Amino acid sequence: MNRSSVILRYVLVRLAQGVPIILAIVVLNFFLLNMAEGDAVDVLAGEAGSATPEYMAELRVKFGLDKPLPVQLWVYLKNVASLDLGYSFRHDMPVSKLVLDRFWPTLLLMVTTIIIAVGFGILLGLMAATRLNTWKDAAISIFALITYATPLFWVGLMMIVVFSIHLGWFPTSGMENIGAFYEGFDRVVDIAHHLVLPTVTLSLFYLALYTRMMRSSMLEQYGQDYVITARAKGLTERRITFVHVLRNALLPVVTMAGVQVGALIGGSVIVESVFAWPGLGMLAFESLFARDLNLLLGIFLLSSVLVVVVNLVVDVIYSFLDPRIEVA
Amino acid sequence: MKEFWSQFQKNKSALIGLCILGLVLVMASVAGFIFPEDPFSLAGQPMSLPGSNGFLLGSDTLGRDVAAGIAHGAKTSLLIGLIATLAAVFIGIFFGAFAGYYGGYIDSLLMRVTEVFQTIPSFVFAILLVAIMKPSIESIVIAITVVSWPGVARLVRAEFLSLKNREFVQACHTLGMSDMRIMMREILPNCLSPIIVIGSLMVATAILIESGLAFLGLGDPNIMSWGFQIGAGRTMLRSAWWVCTFPGVAILVTVLAINLVGEGLNDALNPRLRERN
Repeated sequence: MNRSSVILRYVLVRLAQGVPIILAIVVLNFFLLNMAEGDAVDVLAGEAGSATPEYMAELRVKFGLDKPLPVQLWVYLKNVASLDLGYSFRHDMPVSKLVLDRFWPTLLLMVTTIIIAVGFGILLGLMAATRLNTWKDAAISIFALITYATPLFWVGLMMIVVFSIHLGWFPTSGMENIGAFYEGFDRVVDIAHHLVLPTVTLSLFYLALYTRMMRSSMLEQYGQDYVITARAKGLTERRITFVHVLRNALLPVVTMAGVQVGALIGGSVIVESVFAWPGLGMLAFESLFARDLNLLLGIFLLSSVLVVVVNLVVDVIYSFLDPRIEVA
Repeated sequence: MKEFWSQFQKNKSALIGLCILGLVLVMASVAGFIFPEDPFSLAGQPMSLPGSNGFLLGSDTLGRDVAAGIAHGAKTSLLIGLIATLAAVFIGIFFGAFAGYYGGYIDSLLMRVTEVFQTIPSFVFAILLVAIMKPSIESIVIAITVVSWPGVARLVRAEFLSLKNREFVQACHTLGMSDMRIMMREILPNCLSPIIVIGSLMVATAILIESGLAFLGLGDPNIMSWGFQIGAGRTMLRSAWWVCTFPGVAILVTVLAINLVGEGLNDALNPRLRERN
């Protein structure tokens, strides 16, 4: 079998592994929905202000809420499969539409965060590893240790105090200056301007993580036999570091970038609610106050699916990067 | 034990961490004596600057003493962190031990479940659980436990896998010991050190999750916590920076101290790892 068909088979196998996980999460979602006090009819009745018990019973029959649990689960699964995640009574919109609308700002925030965190993390880790036990190494390690222990929302608030309130460099909240009606390139600049503080805040934690990982990964590679061979050949340390060690040290960092996506989504809930960034996290924060459970469950489901998909993509990229990988 | 302590002492940063953690513990235990009044009560002039009107760290918009809140919040954070971690370690040991010891179907079933819980974005899941169960100290502990056990399960499983075919375990089988006894009395004590290390680091994560939940308004409404103070103070960020700043410093220092102690424990308990770094 040639390489590409091996990889194709690997992708299919990983896809088949991802499906049961998503199915399990959907089932879990259903039971969480049932665990909560009150059902959709109670919410509707509460919204309407008054409803007779007869009318509520009628509504339950209409929504199928009088059916046994397994039947309800089956209906729920069918609905999710057709991308119907229920209805948000607060926003008067289907959850799926609401969630998809708010998905893009979150994606923008997350992608820029990953690029910054992975990029600078690799750079700092490389610096620390090549200057082992110097003051630079120590400073980078202390920086990583502190950012690792700082709550994200607090970093965000302190950023606002320093850079928005005192220095006035960046806006405190939102994604764009809506009143200004910018178009084209001006709008891009405006959004980028708003993006700076949330991205820096969200990056810090992961920057610390990738820095530590890159450093230890580099050190591990320096201990390998091929480095001794390269030294014996008379290669310069520079060439050994950048051509031989760096490439191998990058692999575990790439994998971790995928694994951390779940945590990144959690972090973006916090950061978005601090900076009022109009993404999924902000929507989750709003739905908490509105007690809009359907919406919260929809966000939860979408973010879980996102994690599964990103992990799949990372695994596939990895199988291209590292020919030794087991594609069974 | 003695050898462990001498190893631990060599690590300066771990000792500093231990001292800070000790101070936080003292602060939590004497909070009721120094600030006998309810930390939610009005203690004086609202919006006082730190050091003025008898407030060491200032007061918030409702005249609540920030310092009293921090002292009382220490108790909440440490307690929730500790209980949630203990519960998570317990569940993790249970899952990991059965999966690693029996292997086969039990292993793949338990590991599938673990995998699902590891895939779910943990903080979003914690928010959802607390929102469904209504914010209270119990629901927060349950939520943190539910999102933190998979790591322990994986670790314990790996340890059990590597230990279950050792000679001392085979000897136990020949002696006719029950599976339960071999797992809990023979194998488990041999993998305690990595469990202690991961547990100590989990306390730090649990405190961060708890503060995040409280910040989003999902804290127990009757109990003072650091995250709640920051969440309540954020609207007045422009005019009263101190309300948000000091509780955040408290979280940072506590979590940092626990991480340092955890790394010190790791160095002292796992000599193999120490040599590599």
